[in-house]
Amino acid sequence: MLNGYIDGIGVLGPGIKSWQDAERMLTGDVAYAAARTVLSPSALLPPPERRRAGRGVMAALQVGHAACVMADVPPSEPASVFASSGGDGDICHAICSAMAAGDHLISPTQFHNSVHNAISGYWGIATGAMTPSSVVSAYDGSFAAGLLEALTLLAAACTPVLLVASDTDYPPPLYRARPVPDIFAVALLLTATPHPTKSVARIRVADAAPFAETPSQPMGDTALESLRTSIPAARCLPLLHSIARRDTGNVILDYLDSQGLVIEMVPCA
Amino acid sequence: MSSLTISGMTATSCIGRGLTQTLSALRAQRCGLVRCAFRDLVLDTWIGEVDVVDDEAIDADLREFNCRNNRLAQLALAEDGFVDAVDAAIERWGRRRVGIFLGTSTAGMLRTEWAFRHRDAVSGQLPADFVYAATHSPYSLTEFVRRKLRLEGPALAVSSACSSSAKVFASAQRMVDSGLIDAAVVGGVDSLCATTLYGFKSLGLLAEECCRPFSDDRAGISIGEAAAYLLLERISDPLDDDSVLLLGVGESSDAYHMSSPHPEGLGARLAMERALHAAGLNPRDIDYINLHGTGTIANDSAEANAIAHVFGTATPCSSTKGATGHTLGAAGALEAAICVLAIKNALMPSGPSAGRRDDTMAIDYLSQNQHGKVSTVLSNAFGFGGSNCSLIFGRLT
Repeated sequence: MLNGYIDGIGVLGPGIKSWQDAERMLTGDVAYAAARTVLSPSALLPPPERRRAGRGVMAALQVGHAACVMADVPPSEPASVFASSGGDGDICHAICSAMAAGDHLISPTQFHNSVHNAISGYWGIATGAMTPSSVVSAYDGSFAAGLLEALTLLAAACTPVLLVASDTDYPPPLYRARPVPDIFAVALLLTATPHPTKSVARIRVADAAPFAETPSQPMGDTALESLRTSIPAARCLPLLHSIARRDTGNVILDYLDSQGLVIEMVPCA
Repeated sequence: MSSLTISGMTATSCIGRGLTQTLSALRAQRCGLVRCAFRDLVLDTWIGEVDVVDDEAIDADLREFNCRNNRLAQLALAEDGFVDAVDAAIERWGRRRVGIFLGTSTAGMLRTEWAFRHRDAVSGQLPADFVYAATHSPYSLTEFVRRKLRLEGPALAVSSACSSSAKVFASAQRMVDSGLIDAAVVGGVDSLCATTLYGFKSLGLLAEECCRPFSDDRAGISIGEAAAYLLLERISDPLDDDSVLLLGVGESSDAYHMSSPHPEGLGARLAMERALHAAGLNPRDIDYINLHGTGTIANDSAEANAIAHVFGTATPCSSTKGATGHTLGAAGALEAAICVLAIKNALMPSGPSAGRRDDTMAIDYLSQNQHGKVSTVLSNAFGFGGSNCSLIFGRLT
């Protein structure tokens, strides 16, 4: 049985600055209004790395840190899983454009930032975490694949596990091939045992039928549904919706082609 | 963590297509590297290129996946009866109980580079037949092989640079332990592209001659391409004497620098210690270590420091990257296959002869192949961003 408790959450996206923000929008207390994602530079990173890190790294570090603060867990402690559909869109564009123009002098910083585990590397440098860190991708199902990886890691590790799912936008011409319009990042701090005051929900992979043929439920709000489908990491929204509303029951997340991941949700007291 | 049995395996790199050719190249200490004449690249370096990748025809129903990385993936998949072994696992456990976890660093990047050279002169758009999901996405490789093998279990791509296809073993082992699957296809495929060749050049890490890991005049890496797959299964029946198992995996992060290893090899040390702990073994139980051994000055000396700290100076070790080149995201799986070959054939492969050893590194580096019983081996894979993974394979004790 794969399960865990969510003790901390961080969210950043178009029109969403924090989990507290998202919670109000998901419960319907405040209407969701799309706006460009606003990043703030990470105070965790040493100045040289702060200059070198891309926007996607900043977003991921911000939500990862927020989830650790909410759970009151030192960021160096958890094992981590970083899930992204793709690498950094700006860097991919810059390297491919330069090479197509015959300029083969790639910037060393751009090259090492182009690896998909750049976020994991910067997270380690920022926090000092020497714990195992997985870096996974499953296209539009990357959040669900990352959640599954995080829950198996939680079962194996003796530390909490931090899951960070994030994606960055692509500039044209890649935008047309992969229309991701903006940055979205979400972090969940997972623990194996519930904490009486900190745990917000228990999540469990449905034992009997972990994978569903049916697609994930759309968000009731059309603007939130459009956010969910436009940025891969935002496929987490049905799960966040369930947490915000303190729902008990199953959530189906987009996972693989024609296969959803079924998660049983129970709110904590 | 429970041990898993290896019930199928294949590897293709510049030293051979399939295991028979790979083993005979290792026995002969043959180097598969050639001076770089790949496409139109102008680079003073040596590369490990797999022949006839471009002759590989992709089935019509998978046409959108056509790129060098997936052609290499398909070419390698046809060797060593690997597909039959997977079919037997499907028969045994069910299609939904077999997962697939593959590592790659750049997936079909060469195809994206091509697309950028063929942008529409007026609109600037990429060619219409450039399919991001099937070639550029890191998951494209896993989805392609998943469809070829008709698997319906959990799947993901691991992309943690040069540790990618070592870390897939950890994901698979955890998923089996969770009870969601009973078997897993793991592996890695990475193919040559301009981004990695010019990128490593920009970091000053590309050797102008064949790479010479652990030599006193080593000058950097040679880049290669490879595809390797292993089939891991839950142990249910009594094993036969020839079985080789995945005994343990250890992972760590350097938390030090994006492109340089921790100089004392602290992260590497942690990964090896965690793998030993997971396998329930002591350092003296390891008969042979297949080093990450890329051939850069900093990587090799950091790894030697870590080895000396954990194992002392007497455990035989070598890097096979002098033969295959550094196959980046495929290195973990390729070298895992080499480790299993080492056990099954009582051979500790030294790789090609590479001049004088670096005497400042106090480890027992093999300068010639060594023959004799090999029961338990450790393989290292370390990547950019300080991503470390050590694997332990061995006989049932």
